[in-house]
Amino acid sequence: MPPFKSDVTPNTESIPPPSAGPDLLRFMTCGSVDDGKSTLIGRLLWDSKLVLDDQVATLETESKRVGTQHGDIDFALLVDGLQAERLQGITIDVAYRFFATEKRRFIVADTPGHEQYTRNMATGAATVDLAVMMIDARKGLLTQTMRHSYILSLLGVTHVVLAINKMDLVDYSGVQFDDIKTQYEAFSRSLGLHDVVAIPVSALKGDNILDRSVKTPWYHGPTLMGQLETVAIHQDLTTKPFRMPVQWVNRPHLDFRGFSGTIVSGRIRPGDHVVVPSSGQMNIVERIVTFDGELDSAAAGQAVTLTLQDEVDISRGELLSDPRVRPATADQFEAKLIWMHEEPLLPGRPYFIKMGFQTRTAQVSALKYKVNVNTLEHLATKTLELNDIGICNLSLDAPVSFDPYQENRRTGSFILIDRFTNETIAAGMIDFALRRADNIHWQSVTIHKAARAKLKGQMPFILWFTGLSGSGKSSIANLVEKKLHSQGRHTYLLDGDNVRHGLNRDLGFTDADRVENIRRVSETAKLMLDAGMIVLVSFISPFQSEREMARRMVEDEEFLEVFIDTPLEECERRDVKGLYKKARAGHIKNFTGIDSPYERPEGAEVIIHGADETPEQAALIIVQELNRRGLLSIN
Amino acid sequence: MSVSPSSHLQELEAESIYLFREVVAECERPVMLYSIGKDSSVLLHLARKAFFPSKLPFPLLHVDTTWKFSEMIEFRGKIIKDYDLDLLVHTNPNGLKQGVSPITHGSSLYTDVMKTEALKQALEKYGFDAAFGGARRDEEASRAKERMLSFRTATHHWDPKRQRPELWNIFNTRVRKGESLRAFPLSNWTELDVWEYIQQEAIPVVPLYFAKERPIVERDGMLVMVDDQRLPLFPNEQPEMRSVRFRTLGCYPLTGAIESTAATLPEIIQEMAHTRTSERQGRLIDRDAIGSMEKKKQEGYF
Repeated sequence: MPPFKSDVTPNTESIPPPSAGPDLLRFMTCGSVDDGKSTLIGRLLWDSKLVLDDQVATLETESKRVGTQHGDIDFALLVDGLQAERLQGITIDVAYRFFATEKRRFIVADTPGHEQYTRNMATGAATVDLAVMMIDARKGLLTQTMRHSYILSLLGVTHVVLAINKMDLVDYSGVQFDDIKTQYEAFSRSLGLHDVVAIPVSALKGDNILDRSVKTPWYHGPTLMGQLETVAIHQDLTTKPFRMPVQWVNRPHLDFRGFSGTIVSGRIRPGDHVVVPSSGQMNIVERIVTFDGELDSAAAGQAVTLTLQDEVDISRGELLSDPRVRPATADQFEAKLIWMHEEPLLPGRPYFIKMGFQTRTAQVSALKYKVNVNTLEHLATKTLELNDIGICNLSLDAPVSFDPYQENRRTGSFILIDRFTNETIAAGMIDFALRRADNIHWQSVTIHKAARAKLKGQMPFILWFTGLSGSGKSSIANLVEKKLHSQGRHTYLLDGDNVRHGLNRDLGFTDADRVENIRRVSETAKLMLDAGMIVLVSFISPFQSEREMARRMVEDEEFLEVFIDTPLEECERRDVKGLYKKARAGHIKNFTGIDSPYERPEGAEVIIHGADETPEQAALIIVQELNRRGLLSIN
Repeated sequence: MSVSPSSHLQELEAESIYLFREVVAECERPVMLYSIGKDSSVLLHLARKAFFPSKLPFPLLHVDTTWKFSEMIEFRGKIIKDYDLDLLVHTNPNGLKQGVSPITHGSSLYTDVMKTEALKQALEKYGFDAAFGGARRDEEASRAKERMLSFRTATHHWDPKRQRPELWNIFNTRVRKGESLRAFPLSNWTELDVWEYIQQEAIPVVPLYFAKERPIVERDGMLVMVDDQRLPLFPNEQPEMRSVRFRTLGCYPLTGAIESTAATLPEIIQEMAHTRTSERQGRLIDRDAIGSMEKKKQEGYF
């Protein structure tokens, strides 16, 4: 490999790409319904002649019938007509509208603006380059303005057009306009929205939409359409350091190995150095291959296939990068999360994380606070619910490469996926890498599990009892332990109630606390297993995810799940501790089976029918199963 | 040569290629629905670009109702041969046995049996877990709501109220056994984009899109082309030669032509700039009832 120049300036050539016809701008509109959002979109569609004959006829009739404009055309009806889906109850979504002018094609993401639709606004904002923020000139800045601007800054939409609307209702007052503009700029600067252009408009009357209005002679800036047509977006990405995640390894035959992907940022030429950050391997781009021929240069936004000089194995997901400005590679980072699902976040629960083209397992290791989107206050919290925005630390099962989201939206973003339902449950934006794990190395020990187990003459394993309160778990676990003990086995029983008096006495019974409860017990059981013991765990452990987590901490043959399947009615009838009575009376909250769910195990090794078998019979069945599996033979 | 990333067609192209690659990288058995129309032509072209120099890593599937225009079937044969593609053709055998036709059974039942049912049969027969289709959001209101990567239950149902949020360009491709995905690489293209791209890339399309004198009968305001002997003519009907073309292609008895003299791509694009009606107005199947497309989609139609 040729010597590498460690020059620290990134490749920031500012030559604009040669223009080949109109380009594409994706934008969104924000502001509450009353601020004239529908009227504005209707006006843009109308003025760019995208309303078809049949729609015009309907619009004219409807305007006369229900319109608010005394017989004139009501543009809001046009958009609301297109939004017939809203009537069908599909309000919680993003709809896309298309229109075009000579200079640009536009895709408008139309999202509902209320607080309960934060996730929809965020979804829309994730793909747009610009936002038109509507403000009613009579009302000035509102809580909504603040919330929407915060979400824009969070998602990195830094180009904002502040459309100060309904200027016709404030007599086109330049003073009013300047006041609002100044207030907004002070506020938006603090959020890092660096490109704000304020325009006085009347969506209804068409002032400063397409044509400059004679009613605002004091205004010298662009019209709304002028700004949308000319705002420079694409240069932003081409001037950033080179990044291309490998999306697909292209191997048509043995003589060709290409790495296909879309360039996320920067430019690349044959001969340029690239690094694979996870391994630190350097390489040189040989060719840029496309269907239309080889290229002598390619830039952000282009889908290409690169071949490299050194024949190396690089897999999907690796982030090919400019070696002078490398991404971070870490297994822990701080990130902002927007929670998008009705099931709340449970810190400690493992989720799938998809970032770039890699899917790994991640858990929230610390939830620092959530943000009140209306006041930007930080609030302490133990969970995140639908539409909550929180700041947290995430811990992954393996290192990944990324940039902070504020530097690069594509390489700094991720989604969380539920491991059982496969639903997308959160959107994440990385703040920075945490390097804590690097400093806590595993102490390698010479006396290991096998050695300890041998001394005890037994095979260590975990016997995990799960079931409703009152199902008979503890009685059965006790009997099993007695039998094993009498056979000379070295055992320990971790019981839910007992552990909650000590190790876990700081935890309550919310879903989040239940997850943490099980995490600590699993870790404790694992330590005891490592000490060579047979560990019996008797916990309600209501969630499949956490039982699965406990199982995955140890080797396959070291974990047996025993499901004490006693019907709720039977447990409630027994009510040994009188807890069901209290729960039914509302004195205990979050009681499993009553107002907190119990997820039945799907792959338990042993199932005991608690209503049919006595504890003694059950214990015998379990010990027989252990014998059958050879777990009680002498080691 | 150097290609500029700035034109809107290149941006749309890159977005489509991205989705093709993502689904192929993550799904086990993808397939591309090929309906022979202009959108399928563009879709196929984009797929060839996405995986070049490799061959297409999936087969094409044509759900053949046996009522397609004969020129479409001819065109299909040529494309498959010229590009050396794997093509699967599926026709609903039950429908065929019962002689279900658009003429005797009405467009609604016919579409249900020969298109929706047939598509589900084919997807299950081959065990495809992802299917690419050429639907665009500008075509129809219910399509405007659909994701680029759309989740289907094990019974192929689409639930518009419970779609996975699509953030940035990170696609959640995870499905359980039996569930599947439909991928729409042309989601953000408009009809005009499709034509401009066909012109820019010189993509071959079925000649029926270009105006020519064709034998036509007029029924309920719809111009129906007499493509073969199966179309029964009423006593007073006499096919007359009229200069027409098609904006969309499907089964010939259900697809209305438009009167036009646009015989070249520039003329078509010129005509589109002045058109005042929507693309699917010539399709009988969309007119059956209000919201009919949304209903068909929920049941599994593309």
